Amino acid sequence: MAEYSAMIDDHTIRGTSTPEKDKMLEVKGLKTYFFTSKGVIPAVDDISFTVSRGRILGVVGESGCGKSMTALSIMGLVPPPTGKIVAGDIILDGKNIASLTEKEMCQIRGNEISMVFQEPMTSLNPVYTVGKQVMEAAILHQHLSKAQAKEKTLEMFKLVGIPEPKKRLDSYPHQLSGGLRQRVMIAMALICRPKLLIADEPTTALDVTVQAQILQLMKKLQTELDSAIVLITHDMGVVAEVCDDVTIMYAGKIVEQANVFEIFDNCLHPYTAGLLKAMPAFKENGERLYNIPGMLPNLLQLPKGCRFYPRCECASAICAEQEPDLVEVGQGHFVRCLKYRG
Amino acid sequence: MESQQQAIEQSQYLEESFFAELIQSFKQNKSALVGSIVLVLFISAAVLAPFIAPYDPYNVDMSQQFQRPSAQYLLGTDMFGRDILSRIIYGSRISLVIGLIPTLISMVIGTILGLVAGYYGKKTDYIIMRLADIVMAFPSLLLAMVVMYTLGASLLNIFIAISMVNWAGTARVVRSQTLVLKEKEFVEAAKIMGVKNWVILLRHLFPNCIPSLLVLFTLGIPDAIMSEATLSFLGVGVQPPMASWGLMVSTGKEFLFMAPWVAIVPGVAILIVALAFNFLGDGLRDALDPYLKQ
Amino acid sequence: MIGFIVKRIISSIPILLGVTLLIFILLHIVPGDPVTLMMNEHVDPDTIVRVRAQMHLDEPIFVQYLNFIWDALHGDFGVSYKLNRSVATLLLDAFPNTLLLAISAMIFSWVVGVPAGILSVVKKYSVIDYFFMGSALMGVSMPVFWSGLLLQYIFAFKLGWLPVSGFNNPLCLIMPAVVLGWGAAGTIARLTRSSLLEVMGNDYIRTARAKGLQTIAVLFNHALKNSFLPVVTVMAIQVASMLSGSVITETVFSIPGIGRIAVNAIQTRDLPLLQGSILFTTILVILGNLAADLLYFLLDPRIKNK
Ligand SMILES: Nc1ncnc2c1ncn2[C@@H]1O[C@H](COP(=O)(O)OP(=O)(O)O)[C@@H](O)[C@H]1O
Ligand SMILES: [Mg+2]
Repeated sequence: MAEYSAMIDDHTIRGTSTPEKDKMLEVKGLKTYFFTSKGVIPAVDDISFTVSRGRILGVVGESGCGKSMTALSIMGLVPPPTGKIVAGDIILDGKNIASLTEKEMCQIRGNEISMVFQEPMTSLNPVYTVGKQVMEAAILHQHLSKAQAKEKTLEMFKLVGIPEPKKRLDSYPHQLSGGLRQRVMIAMALICRPKLLIADEPTTALDVTVQAQILQLMKKLQTELDSAIVLITHDMGVVAEVCDDVTIMYAGKIVEQANVFEIFDNCLHPYTAGLLKAMPAFKENGERLYNIPGMLPNLLQLPKGCRFYPRCECASAICAEQEPDLVEVGQGHFVRCLKYRG
Repeated sequence: MESQQQAIEQSQYLEESFFAELIQSFKQNKSALVGSIVLVLFISAAVLAPFIAPYDPYNVDMSQQFQRPSAQYLLGTDMFGRDILSRIIYGSRISLVIGLIPTLISMVIGTILGLVAGYYGKKTDYIIMRLADIVMAFPSLLLAMVVMYTLGASLLNIFIAISMVNWAGTARVVRSQTLVLKEKEFVEAAKIMGVKNWVILLRHLFPNCIPSLLVLFTLGIPDAIMSEATLSFLGVGVQPPMASWGLMVSTGKEFLFMAPWVAIVPGVAILIVALAFNFLGDGLRDALDPYLKQ
Repeated sequence: MIGFIVKRIISSIPILLGVTLLIFILLHIVPGDPVTLMMNEHVDPDTIVRVRAQMHLDEPIFVQYLNFIWDALHGDFGVSYKLNRSVATLLLDAFPNTLLLAISAMIFSWVVGVPAGILSVVKKYSVIDYFFMGSALMGVSMPVFWSGLLLQYIFAFKLGWLPVSGFNNPLCLIMPAVVLGWGAAGTIARLTRSSLLEVMGNDYIRTARAKGLQTIAVLFNHALKNSFLPVVTVMAIQVASMLSGSVITETVFSIPGIGRIAVNAIQTRDLPLLQGSILFTTILVILGNLAADLLYFLLDPRIKNK
């Protein structure tokens, strides 16, 4: 498996552990459920992780495994009326924001935590110029005048590499390409210098070259602004490119968690192995693009034992019976699989 | 060949679970349920009028003129001493017929024109749609009034006037659905297999328009009832002594301050029936939402 | 932008011609001689001949139509029979009254309908929501002539607050405007609500929330403008329904407007007057449609930039 880490190019800073005081975000035992007429959907089921200042955490999993809901839970934007956070602490820079009122959350959103969404084509309001939409956050949280906010927006546009930034202030979203719109979204998210940036599959909807540019941009900005980033993706290639730590999710639960080198060199969970194998980079060898066989289980009728058991290549009889716990198998390396218990 | 067969069968997906789901969703929607109950009462009143009306609706008795609502005359009497309740029960026949027949006629015309316009496109489409634009650009009441002026006031002419006005909306909706549907696989497949155009229109396109047509039909009925009432109110609709609700309000208005019930009560009947149909139409629209959006 | 407006104006010309032709044909296929029908039996034959010639009724219908259009373009709609005055003057005298009524009704419907729709969304599924939506449906289901009579009975007769009818002081306008605007207010409230709810499900609303805007700010700054687009499109239909609604309202409240002229013309079988008043109203409706389209265009930058 050593071959995978060859894809990571800057070995120096990544993968080292950080002291306690640099913890920017700590999520503890987060549960977000949907209470629908057909039953309760445990979209996020007891998730815990930590992101430190200046680091990028990758949250990885197939579509539908609860990544976006984890992000929206942190933002306090779980879709009402069916969705609810039922348990858990969300500690941002030492303050538990899970217990804040909606009004207090409004001062945190866009200011201390901000988010970039997956859909650049639809995430901007079509009837306002992008300049106005970016300015809005600065006016709201930093109480700037219109002129100051405009100045600042222009600065941000330059920072995120939007060509002809002055002209673009007055553009409407539909006049920009997907890549440019995503840069606008990033400018909007970073204008108040948030402590934490959550990027939910920011590059999935873009084509490959633009994807790489946006990822490089995020990495550059993160070093410049020294914030923490949660980067959600379903693509291990993206993880290899920018992440320091990795959390692998499956059907609402964490199945493996470690720094990026551990994950690429020494992955333990069969699901992680499958994700690595499914990396698009392997297409070039003429090999068939691999897909993990089977589908995510229906969250309304979860199997009794391990949630991954029906699709697992290394499953044994006990896996159908007993649900595994998340155990620490090495320094900061956690895995949820019966092969590694106790 | 097999996949084409499958694709064609897809076009029938509508029929199986359709009505079961409809009933299920109606059970949860209280206002639609209330609407349905009112409508059942309305239809029964129309059908059973001779048996349930307490008096003869045309019987003039000047000694009983302007009786207030009482145990003897539940809703009072009018200027000719006729029992208003009986007249309302008989009037429901006109409203029912006016609600159903012209709406049905205009739906048939609108559906055919909409299907043809959407399916054949090009010039056919252009001509039909401009015609629809013209009709829609016209204040419908005025158009109906012109038709009534020309043809003279009679029940049949009201049918014609209302049908002429209402087809255009249906045609537009059906056309836009046909435009979407004709791009679908099962239509392509049917064409490749050499199925005749009219069979495609009838068997594959039309059934998929049924949900929207159902909603349009339900909401078209109160419209038609209202049009008749309005035309009759203006004196160019149903003629006296027939008991039409609109006409009853119109003749009653002369005595509004002296015997308000004569004009007000028939209006309540119109309001209740129109409200019931609107409740039902809204309920249908909600219930059929997935079909309407497909 | 200018191009769009010009194109839109040009495209309404065939509709205008189509509509006028339709009215013309409908009015002229009356069985029997229109002149004899119009007048009572005791008119001498000379008058009938004179009138026929004056109206060009001897010529083929298509020529009659062209004549009519030609005259109409010169502001000549003929002479009313019963009133013996120029139709154009009669209409121009009546028009300000109809316009005043329609505008007041329109203002009423927006002032009531839009806030009711917004409030229903803010307080979704609450008593307020059900109350407003129930009233809106009532508004749509109520016959205009009947609600007019009801208001007259309550506010003029029982309470004595407002004049029963007429058009000689501003108080006279209140009841007709409310009656005429009531149904439209219902439609606007329902549409504002459903459109706002749909817009609130969009991705850019989530973005606005993620920015830290409070629900009310999201609603007003980001959802409202977008949700107005469909509401504006029904404005076109509403202009039409206001004008035909004004026929009834004017009759009930004895307002000397275009609608009452049309009704009188039908009752007295005054063909030139009927023709003129209907044509006039139709032109107004088409202009209303045009205005609604242009408004839509101004509101939506996506169309503007095409
Ligand atoms: N509005 C909703 N109502 C009910 N269930 C939902 C809703 N949104 C998401 N879910 C459930 O939550 C699960 C996780 O969704 P999500 O977090 O969006 O997945 P992803 O990992 O692709 O971002 C989905 O599988 C779905 O079952
Ligand atoms: Mg997602």
